[in-house]
Amino acid sequence: MKAAVLAVQGDFIEHENMLRRLGVETMEIRQSADLSEPFDALVLPGGESTVQGKLLNELDLMKPLHDKIAAGLPTLATCAGLILLAEHIENDGSYLGTLPVTVRRNAYGRQLGSFYTESQWQGIGKIPMTFIRAPFITAADPTIVRATVDDHIVGVTYRNQIALSFHPELNDDLRIYEQFIKMADRN
Amino acid sequence: MEENRYELNKNLAQMLKGGVIMDVTTPEQAKIAETAGACAVMALERIPADIRAAGGVSRMSDPKMIKGIQNAVSIPVMAKCRIGHFVEAQVLEAIDIDYIDESEVLSPADDIYHIDKTKFKVPFVCGARNLGEALRRIAEGAAMIRTKGEPGTGDVIQAVHHMRQMNKEISQLVSLREDEVFEAAKQLQVPYDLALYVHEHGKLPVVNFAAGGIATPADAALMMQLGAEGVFVGSGIFKSGNPAKRAEAIVQAVTNYTDAAKIAALSEDLGEAMVGINEEEIKILMAERGQ
Repeated sequence: MKAAVLAVQGDFIEHENMLRRLGVETMEIRQSADLSEPFDALVLPGGESTVQGKLLNELDLMKPLHDKIAAGLPTLATCAGLILLAEHIENDGSYLGTLPVTVRRNAYGRQLGSFYTESQWQGIGKIPMTFIRAPFITAADPTIVRATVDDHIVGVTYRNQIALSFHPELNDDLRIYEQFIKMADRN
Repeated sequence: MEENRYELNKNLAQMLKGGVIMDVTTPEQAKIAETAGACAVMALERIPADIRAAGGVSRMSDPKMIKGIQNAVSIPVMAKCRIGHFVEAQVLEAIDIDYIDESEVLSPADDIYHIDKTKFKVPFVCGARNLGEALRRIAEGAAMIRTKGEPGTGDVIQAVHHMRQMNKEISQLVSLREDEVFEAAKQLQVPYDLALYVHEHGKLPVVNFAAGGIATPADAALMMQLGAEGVFVGSGIFKSGNPAKRAEAIVQAVTNYTDAAKIAALSEDLGEAMVGINEEEIKILMAERGQ
């Protein structure tokens, strides 16, 4: 299996390292020419969503990636990636818009609001969660919710998309990735 | 400082990687920078080129001005305090800044001691010219490092020099036998555990950006190819003819820093670059402040 990691900005290398630990081949997407290489799954990393969203447009990646995800490409999105996927962003226009949720950017405030916790992910158990100037989901169909922290939705799984407010790539726990690979294998 | 908080602070720097942090002096400039794709902005009263021109003592910016910038954008906002001026740092923490730059661009407040950054909850970025400076700043609690370069000049030579120097010293440390790391730590004047980390991992324990004199998309790509994980652009943008276009071009050059054809296209019609002054023509070498 080969996973493509969006590498226009952010902590994409950390995702690549996690995937390689599980024996998954990785490649980077930095421009539209990179899409000519076939891949089986997609990771949208953490970073600044405004930067990544702008670069997706400027580098002509927005539509092709949207079409692939909408057509069923298994996709794992963390933090900024969740914002890129969301159908609705509070006080802002959307980017890829393939995930039927509403998100709030910087929902925990500035860096002093960043935090670490451990909480339940439905079907996995308690996992480490690192929130960095993170968003959370303010509206989603209850059937797709997989994790909440202090009553805020921080993780969902919808069809081919797994989206998280936090950063599994920054902690030493591979279970979210195993779940993602399992989903991609079924695909 | 709780262990956890330092990890979270190093992690924020991870999110900035592959991005461009731009100096801004007004909310309007901050908006332009954000729209152009800056991953963070550095709020300061005067950009380094103007600090040079004005001379005198330069200090932390007016908190009201910084708040104006915080309200104008949704990306992280950084601000500078003087080297050793821990009260300016306390003030910046009190207004909920995302990152403090303990910066040689401002007039140093202490000629011996840097701020004990372990006493703060907010993260710090510090400049370094070599591995020893970088690891001393990290020992003091810095969660991110940048080259010092020579700010406000539009001349990239010092940033290149500092990045190459750091890379060379990292390679040397990696190549040592493990029992030689004790002596290397002594020579570098750094704590042994940080020297050992570099010996084992071949990199700094925190994110390392390039800064100081970057003015063009090619400058930014040069620093990325030399191993920078992102770049700071200070005077280079708002001292140029067309700030918005130049800012966008630098952002894209950092993403596709090995694609020469793309950098060529990005470099077209950017208007006038900042005029710049050569490093040997200037009176104050900011990079020599705070070692």
